[in-house]
Amino acid sequence: MDTNAHASAPPGAPSHDAPARSVLEAPDIARALTRIAHEIVERAKGAGDVVLLGIPTRGVFLARRLGEKLRGITGHPVPVGSLDITMYRDDLRLRPARALARTDIPGEGIDGGLVVLVDDVLFSGRTIRAALDALNDIGRPRAVQLAVLVDRGHRELPIRADYVGKNIPTSLRETVKVLLTEEDGRDGVLLGTRPAA
Amino acid sequence: MKRHLVSAADLTRDDALLILDTAEELTRVADRPIKKLPTLRGRTVVNLFFEDSTRTRISFEAAAKRLSADVINFSAKGSSVSKGESLKDTALTLEAMGADAVVIRHHDSGAPHRLATSGWIGGCVVNAGDGTHEHPTQALLDAFTLRRRLADGPRRGIGADLSGRRVTIVGDILHSRVARSNIHLLTTLGAEVTVVAPPTLLPVGIERWPCEVSYDLDAVLPKSDAVMMLRVQRERMNAAFFPTEREYARRYGLHGGRMARMPAHALVMHPGPMNRGMEITAEVADSPRCTAVEQVAGGVSVRMAVLYLLLGGAEPAVSTPRTEETQ
Repeated sequence: MDTNAHASAPPGAPSHDAPARSVLEAPDIARALTRIAHEIVERAKGAGDVVLLGIPTRGVFLARRLGEKLRGITGHPVPVGSLDITMYRDDLRLRPARALARTDIPGEGIDGGLVVLVDDVLFSGRTIRAALDALNDIGRPRAVQLAVLVDRGHRELPIRADYVGKNIPTSLRETVKVLLTEEDGRDGVLLGTRPAA
Repeated sequence: MKRHLVSAADLTRDDALLILDTAEELTRVADRPIKKLPTLRGRTVVNLFFEDSTRTRISFEAAAKRLSADVINFSAKGSSVSKGESLKDTALTLEAMGADAVVIRHHDSGAPHRLATSGWIGGCVVNAGDGTHEHPTQALLDAFTLRRRLADGPRRGIGADLSGRRVTIVGDILHSRVARSNIHLLTTLGAEVTVVAPPTLLPVGIERWPCEVSYDLDAVLPKSDAVMMLRVQRERMNAAFFPTEREYARRYGLHGGRMARMPAHALVMHPGPMNRGMEITAEVADSPRCTAVEQVAGGVSVRMAVLYLLLGGAEPAVSTPRTEETQ
């Protein structure tokens, strides 16, 4: 969840200069999530101790969808929560203070578990750095992995995703906008151009 | 409210809701093994207390420390103020030390406003109670407790205001900064406020305040969602405002019999410190409907929210236009 990824105007609306191009449709997103769910089960050898933590806003919805798919595959429910990273951001002093989103750690806690962080877009990696700091204050998982729907490149920190829905090479002038039914009324990923500053 | 929190009257409905919603999220920090957030690391908060206080000072100190700010406590006793230093010189000293925020309690009404508008200091000013003027964070934590307790469901009233709720404030309205801040804030949040007091303890011009006035506690109780009992402030009473304490307690004190006349869901609030046997009996103070202790717990979260929203970003979040980018 990089702020830059959502810089294009209102949800679903094309940006000003060029019309946003759809790069993923609803069925593509569903297939990507199904594949990621299978990969998690494969890597974790059954997903018995997996805890999914979505990063607000859209990561939370993706985490819930992944949780449903994991339940379908393994037959047992997987704890799903959310992790707000606002208080841990490294750019807090560059903008006005922001409203907080919800942090919901499943009742079982995360100690000794395999935490899979879920986010919509992986960009600079700073959000994930903040999430790792936040996790540190909450407990000590056995391991932490990262699942993202879109990896658009341009990392500024040594961070990589373990599960990627789709790699989309972008230029820094482009914006990647993930739309999810729960928040935006429909599913899709749009590639747009940032209005020239 | 721009860079300061001096008066509850400066808060818009959106400001107030943002503070309350932020506070609601921050209460969860208290349930964690590590009750600390790194957000205000490297910022300095000065608690400048010219008047005695237990709750408010400790609460502000805990709030600032949970956000990792450095806290300097200053109390007038044992400082240069007792040698005759003026507010201005004290402020200039703090400014020279690099205070990012000054939390001030002062026995004179208007001291925080002077500090905020004088240009003596560059940091944020938070009013922690000034004379008989205002105590905005107390009003915010009262609203926070009210919303939590009156809301249904697990959302704890997040995003909701207090529309249609009836709050009765009883006691020494004349000297009470808590009452003044609460009347402003609760009205902003949509609640209907009624004040009940002996005529001698109502300020001049009360009819222009956004509240109802009554002299009959028993008539108001059955219609109240919450009753806020105020302390009789003996230290500010230099005249005979009522004949005897017993008469005051009988007419305006809250006892078990009166509490029974309140609706089943209604709360009893008290900003503390309580005078048991005066405005509130021990029976009421110790009942599960009395939220005094809960109010103190909520106070830390609310003050964390205020400090975060004033100091956490490049500019205060409150009353500055917010963009869509809240992620």
